[in-house]
Amino acid sequence: MSKHISSLAPSVVVDTAAAHVAVTPMTGRISLRARGDLAAIGKAIGVSLPTQIGICAKTDGIEVVCLGPDEWTLLVPLDQIEKVQGALATLAPSLPHSMTEITGREITFQIEGPHAADLMSIGCPRDISTIKVGQARRTLFDGATVVLWRDAETSFRMDVWNSFAPFLASTLETGAKELAAELA
Amino acid sequence: MIQIHCPYCGETLPELEFAYAGEAHIVRPESPSEQTDEEWAAFLFLRDNVKGPHFERWRHAHGCGRFFNAVRNTITDRFYITYKAGEPRPDLAKLLEESK
Repeated sequence: MSKHISSLAPSVVVDTAAAHVAVTPMTGRISLRARGDLAAIGKAIGVSLPTQIGICAKTDGIEVVCLGPDEWTLLVPLDQIEKVQGALATLAPSLPHSMTEITGREITFQIEGPHAADLMSIGCPRDISTIKVGQARRTLFDGATVVLWRDAETSFRMDVWNSFAPFLASTLETGAKELAAELA
Repeated sequence: MIQIHCPYCGETLPELEFAYAGEAHIVRPESPSEQTDEEWAAFLFLRDNVKGPHFERWRHAHGCGRFFNAVRNTITDRFYITYKAGEPRPDLAKLLEESK
């Protein structure tokens, strides 16, 4: 049965010997589309934009991942969103870009544990080992588009649109229990 | 599962991340108002039904989101090449020779 959406406030989804899945506290998210002088944008937000798809950059709590040739997602602490938006807005006339706050669009699952990579492989058609530690990719998980961040060999974050979250939470719960049952 | 190379991501990825998007290299007429109904209908609706190597568009829908072009054999599903949108149509005879 699907999880109820109100249960997806920061909390533990499932905790087994194979993997631990939790919903992380809310963080600020900004979707950025831009071309041209990327160095100027990097300077404004304080972290240079990676240009290769899947590569991440991080400073002072701001995390950036390159999702497409002209698309980035920024994870920004909630109290810094306005500052980043303000910095980008000053570039607007000379450097056209699109900046959209998508904080409310997604939640993030934190997946950790000895079999975290196996748990990812139950729903993701891509070879998980091609996502190196410190990288992220937009891909598919059990039919829904997700952004999968690999923080360590056995630690992932999965950004999921709200409407898919209850369904994916139940997929992850079932998967983690199945994997734990195999261990037992 | 078919593996498709995305020319933007530079990775070869499972078919599930991609969406087919019709025949490639269809050029929109410069001035549609000067087209006859037949010509316009042909531009909108008439497509080749190729048996063999086919120039077609794909989209990396669950990835970088980009449209790109590919040459795929419609009989064997083999992809000979994928290339970025806007790049010229590759020489088919050379492709087939190289892929032997």
